[in-house]
Amino acid sequence: MEAFTTHTGIGVPLRRSNVDTDQIIPAVYLKRVTKTGFDDGLFNAWRTNDPDFVLNRPAYKNGSVLVAGPDFGTGSSREHAVWALRDYGFKAVLSSRFADIFRGNAGKQGLVAGILSEDDLEQLWKILEQEPGTEVTVDLENRQAHAGEATFRFEVDDYTRWRLMEGLDDIGLTLRYEQDITDFEAKRPAWMPKTLPARNAETA
Amino acid sequence: MAGTLAEKVWADHVVRRGENGEPDLLYIDLQLLHEVTSPQAFDGLRQEGRAPRRLDQQLATEDHNTPTIDIDKPIADITSRTQIDTLRRNAEEFGVRIHSLGDLDQGIVHVVGPQLGLTMPGITVVCGDSHTSTHGAFGALAFGIGTSEVEHVLATQTLPLTPFKTMAITVDGTLKPGVTAKDIILAVIAKIGTGGGAGYVLEYRGEAIRKLSMEGRMTICNMSIEAGARAGMIAPDETTFEYVQGRPHAPRGADWDEAVEYWRTLRSEDDATFDAEVHIDADDLEPFVTWGTNPGQGLPLSASVPAPEDFTDDNARTAAENALEYMDLVPGTPLKEIKVDTVFMGSCTNGRIEDLRAFASVLEGREKNPDVRVLVVPGSARVRVQAEQEGLDQIFLDFGAEWRQAGCSMCLGMNPDQLAPGERAASTSNRNFEGRQGKGGRTHLVSPVVAAATAVRGTLSSPSDLGVPTAPSDLQPVA
Repeated sequence: MEAFTTHTGIGVPLRRSNVDTDQIIPAVYLKRVTKTGFDDGLFNAWRTNDPDFVLNRPAYKNGSVLVAGPDFGTGSSREHAVWALRDYGFKAVLSSRFADIFRGNAGKQGLVAGILSEDDLEQLWKILEQEPGTEVTVDLENRQAHAGEATFRFEVDDYTRWRLMEGLDDIGLTLRYEQDITDFEAKRPAWMPKTLPARNAETA
Repeated sequence: MAGTLAEKVWADHVVRRGENGEPDLLYIDLQLLHEVTSPQAFDGLRQEGRAPRRLDQQLATEDHNTPTIDIDKPIADITSRTQIDTLRRNAEEFGVRIHSLGDLDQGIVHVVGPQLGLTMPGITVVCGDSHTSTHGAFGALAFGIGTSEVEHVLATQTLPLTPFKTMAITVDGTLKPGVTAKDIILAVIAKIGTGGGAGYVLEYRGEAIRKLSMEGRMTICNMSIEAGARAGMIAPDETTFEYVQGRPHAPRGADWDEAVEYWRTLRSEDDATFDAEVHIDADDLEPFVTWGTNPGQGLPLSASVPAPEDFTDDNARTAAENALEYMDLVPGTPLKEIKVDTVFMGSCTNGRIEDLRAFASVLEGREKNPDVRVLVVPGSARVRVQAEQEGLDQIFLDFGAEWRQAGCSMCLGMNPDQLAPGERAASTSNRNFEGRQGKGGRTHLVSPVVAAATAVRGTLSSPSDLGVPTAPSDLQPVA
C-alpha cells in the first residue's frame, strides 16, 4: 500500500445523502476476479443516465477528492466500492458520516475517509459549487482539508492515520502476534464449530 | 460481572488487547466464503505465498451469481461462470470445504451456516457479505467484512478491530396477527434511520423478541446492517438451543452439556449499561412497507406515500424527492393502491422454511392476480427439499408462482433473476436501493405474508385485506 501524507486535487461536491455501495458500484460489476479495473463501474447509473451528474461535468471530471453527504457507503460490504473510487482516481472521500464497513475497507486500500462536521461539509460544498474545479488539499498528518481560503478539520482515527501514513500492510502487522494467536487457539473448547471433517444431514 | 452480551462475546475472543490506540486483535471462529468477495482474497494469499491458517474454520458456498433455473447446464453468463469457477478452483487449491451448485448443502451462506449447525451461540462469524449479521440471532457476534479482511482472516484467523458501541433495542408486547419479524425490523430502521446504528452492535430484547422463532430472529438480525449497525444480536435461550441441537456440526454428548452451560451465561447482565437504548411496542406495530430507495424509508401499510415537505431535515427531504422520482410515486397515494408487477419471495432475510410456510399459508386456496409474476426461491437446496416434502411447492405451483432452485436470486442484480427497467416489485429481501434488483427496477420491501397478500390482490396488501382473518399461529409458527 502506498503511503499517504498529503494530496491535492479537484474537489467533487456530491450533494446526496445515503449513497449506498450499490450506487457506488452496481452488483453487475462485481463479477470480476481481479482487484483493479473497476473505474468504469463507479456511480455507473448516474454517470450513464444523468447528464448533470457531478462527474459528467467537465470541471469535476478529473476530481480526486470526493465530498459526499452523510451516510456514505451504506449497504453491501463490497470492497469493490473502494476499488472503483480508487481506480477512478479518488484519493480521499470527505463526508459527515460513513458506513462502518466502507470506512474500514477504505483504510485498507489507502483511500482516506475523513469525517467533517455537517456545517463544514455544507461550507465545503458551497466553495466547490461556486468555483467548480477548486482544488482541495487533504493533509492527513494534520487532519486538515484546505479549499480556497478555508481550512476544515476532519477526523480519522489514530490507528488508521498511522497505517495510511506508513503504508503498512495489515496482515504483516498481525503476524507479529502469531504466538498470541497460537496460545489463544490452544485454550479454545473442543466443541467450537469445525467445518472439517465435513458433516451434513446424511452423515451426521 | 457486569457487561452486555456483545461485550462478553468480544471479551472471550480478544487475542491481544490493543495499546495506544491500536485496535484489539479478535479471534474469528468461523468464516463463510462465497464467489463474489473471495477471489481477490485468495489471490492475495497466493501473491504473498501465504496459506490459510485454519481450513477447519472456513466454509464456501455459491449463491450470489448462481441461476435458479437450469442449474444442470453451464452458467450462461460468462463472467458469472468465471467467478464460480474461480471459487471452485481456489477451494480445491487451498483445501477449503465447498458446497457447489447441485449439492444438497448449497445455498445462501447465511442460510447454510445455521442449517449445518456451524452457527452457534457465542462464536464470532465473518463473511464478505454485510448480511452476516444474520448469525447474531444465535447470540453470535457476526458481521460483514471487506475482501482485504477476508484475506486477513484466511491468513491469521483474526481481525484487528476497535470495540463497537452497544445499543439495546427492546421490543415489548405482543405482535398482532399478520405482523411479523420483518415488520419489527422495518419499523426499527424507519425509527433510527439507515445510519442510526453506525458504530453499534444492536441487541434485540424484550418479550416480542423472546417469542420469535429462530427464523424470525434471523430476519431481524439480518437487517441490522440496513440501520448501519455492525451487527445485531439476540441472547440465546431454549429456542436457540432447540434449533441447534442435533444439527450436523452441533456439539454432542458431554460437549453439548458443556456448551449449553456456557451459552446460558451469554446474556446482558441486569446492571449492564448500553451506549444507547430504543424502545418499540409490538402491540402498536402494523405490517410495514418501504416506499423509497433506502430501507429507512418505510411506513405502515395503511399509510400514504409521503410528500418531501413532510420531512424537516434537508437531507431527508432531498432523499425523499429523489426516491419519489425514482419510484415514480405521487405523494398522498395510499400505499395499498400501489400496483406491483412482481412478487419476490426469498433471500437471506426471508428464504427459510418458516418463511415459505407463512407465504404458502396465505396463498393456499386463493388465486394469483393475473398481472403479477411470482417468484419463490428457497434460501438453500435443503430448504427446497423440505418445502417439497411438506407439499409447499404444490401450493406455489397451483397458485401460479414459479418455484426455483436455491440462491440469492432477485435480491440483487447479479444473476438472471432481475427486474426490468420500470418494473415494480414487492420483495421479501432486504434492500430497496436504486437498481438493486435490476437496473431501473423499483422495490418495496415487505414481509412474506404481505408479499403473499400482494400476489393475490395485485396491489400492496396485508393478509387482513383478503377478508379472511389469518390466525396468528399460521403466520408465526413456533413460539
